[in-house]
Amino acid sequence: MKKILVLMLSLILVFSLVACSKDDGGSDGGLIKVGVINNDPNESGYRTANDAAMRSTFTKENGYDANFYNNNDAAQQIATAQQMIQDEVDYLLLSPASTTGWDQVLKDAKTAGIQVILFDRMLEADEDMYVAAVVSDMAAEGKTAVDWLASQGLSEYNIIHIQGHMGSDAQVGRTGALDEKVAAEASWSYVTQQTADWSEETARTIVQSVIDAGTPFNVIYAENNGMARGAVAALDANGITHGKGGDVIVMGFDSDKWAFESVLSGSWNYMGLCNPLQAEKVDKIIKDLEKGTKPAQKIIYSDEPGFNCDTLTQADVDKFGT
Amino acid sequence: MSPSVKTPEAKTKKPEDSFFKRLIRQQLFIPIAALLLLVVFNLIADPSFFTISLKENSLGNPVLSGNIISVLDNASELVILAIGMTLVTAASGGQDISVGATMAIAGSVILRMVCGGQITSDTMQMNLFLAVLIGAVVAMLFGAFNGALVAYFKIQPMVATLIMFTAGRSIAAWINNNQLPIINDIAFKYAGTFLPGIPVPTPIFITVLVIFIFWLAMKRTNLGLYTQSVGINANSSRLNGLDPKLIKLMTYVILGACVAVAGFIRVSRSGSINYSRIAENIEMDAILAVALGGNALSGGKFNIYGSILGAYVIQFLTTTLYKYNVPSTALPAYKAVVVIALVVLSSPVVREKMSGLKKRPAKTAKEVS
Repeated sequence: MKKILVLMLSLILVFSLVACSKDDGGSDGGLIKVGVINNDPNESGYRTANDAAMRSTFTKENGYDANFYNNNDAAQQIATAQQMIQDEVDYLLLSPASTTGWDQVLKDAKTAGIQVILFDRMLEADEDMYVAAVVSDMAAEGKTAVDWLASQGLSEYNIIHIQGHMGSDAQVGRTGALDEKVAAEASWSYVTQQTADWSEETARTIVQSVIDAGTPFNVIYAENNGMARGAVAALDANGITHGKGGDVIVMGFDSDKWAFESVLSGSWNYMGLCNPLQAEKVDKIIKDLEKGTKPAQKIIYSDEPGFNCDTLTQADVDKFGT
Repeated sequence: MSPSVKTPEAKTKKPEDSFFKRLIRQQLFIPIAALLLLVVFNLIADPSFFTISLKENSLGNPVLSGNIISVLDNASELVILAIGMTLVTAASGGQDISVGATMAIAGSVILRMVCGGQITSDTMQMNLFLAVLIGAVVAMLFGAFNGALVAYFKIQPMVATLIMFTAGRSIAAWINNNQLPIINDIAFKYAGTFLPGIPVPTPIFITVLVIFIFWLAMKRTNLGLYTQSVGINANSSRLNGLDPKLIKLMTYVILGACVAVAGFIRVSRSGSINYSRIAENIEMDAILAVALGGNALSGGKFNIYGSILGAYVIQFLTTTLYKYNVPSTALPAYKAVVVIALVVLSSPVVREKMSGLKKRPAKTAKEVS
């Protein structure tokens, strides 16, 4: 038993060494060496699509020697970024888990002559510190959603607000727009405002507890689709109608195909698109930079409309669903 | 085994002198007191907390709804895990911190089976019972892996299970090729929501069934006795003809089965899975439930019913905090305060103080049993 284990462990060790040496030797042969730092692909459907797109774009066939790292912990991301800088990657692609704490990484990259491109999420830094940012404008997404909600003309807005991971770019932007509106309008109020940390299960529990408390509500504003789904599960369990013509307006965000279908079928009212597919744009920027062309704009926002159950078409679902 | 049963000896004592003291020494005193405290608090603060109403869900089924139902329903996974965790704790003197990750694995396997490898599926591609069985076998294998590390390689349980704690969720994602599968078949959701025509959430029935199975196992088999004796002294159990390694391994496999049931309930609540969020931190609640139940985390004597009560206390607390709109970011802090209070209260030193400073060689119920 023990011998087998020792054998297995040493085999694993040998394999991992082989894997490492392969990576090190790969930078030759005209490949562009990139380091990709992203969040955990299992966090949500959005991230899964985002990560998959990055991995399928930055391939050997496409002329890249890419190293991927996924973690939701900014400290781990920073440590890995520094490692990648030491490995002298040509480009560092970043989707920071937090908006702050990246100054030293950006400085080191600049000193080493490594170009930094942000994708998906912003961070707080001077514009000189990166070549380009292909990101979602979370505040605009929030504003589009809140404007749509306002256009529904309800006499009273009693909102269950389910927030994402506190401090993330997506949460800050989407919460900001709603907070502003609720503060400004007398007929808008929160029944509850809780973070479910992107968790469907927690979202369900939060909505169930509001229902148990007997407080009336007519809007669920969930900051991603998974949480909206959890909220809807609670509504269904209590026989509360939702969606088109229902008692409760259900709103979600991101780009999951199943969520699009929920809006299309009228089970949900609204989904704010958050486009996870920045990989192609980033790829184009790098290819241009290699030819010597700098991107025309520093910050490139994805076009992110909101879709509602009255106007969504199957064509949109096929075009934007992931 | 059950300390709440009055021993014949107790009757001979002067009741007015010893009742309170004996009460405090009961292993189940802390969880029951905590539960009563929460009930009383809610009764005073807002009696409507206990309202239960009969509604009709969106499928037209009659369903019961209310805070108490929510507590019983949402505690299901935790209760089932706490039972398995109690056995593991008792036998190996340590805890399995990988239960949340293994739940993700079990859930992932079950979903993969019923979705037939597709991302979304409107009907189940496999017999549900078979899918759950496969999920259970996988979870038990992972349990056996943990158990083998603990029993045969003598690795500290927390360190041994740290491996699956770290890797489990990635394995769960890998099982489904990093896709998030969704099953829309209503029959799949029966276990996590309601059976047609039955107004009580199905997880409550499953929990009762699991508790009943363990009650039977405790009554009819030597599982309890063996587990306990291995936990108290592995060497002397070995000299008495038991195989401590095998028994430790077995408790981890049993926990694996519990994990599979809990994972099944969790995925069937929504028909989907989010690998990094599903049952996040549930291992900590499960360990807490064991501790709240008055079980020594260093192993040995144990009381499954204490852990079950502990799990309900935790869920009751969570639901109460939600009810009073405590921000969910602040939940852990409130929980921590309560935990500190309960843990300190249940420490032998404080209990001794509480039951009076008189030195008396009174036997506690634990010793009697």
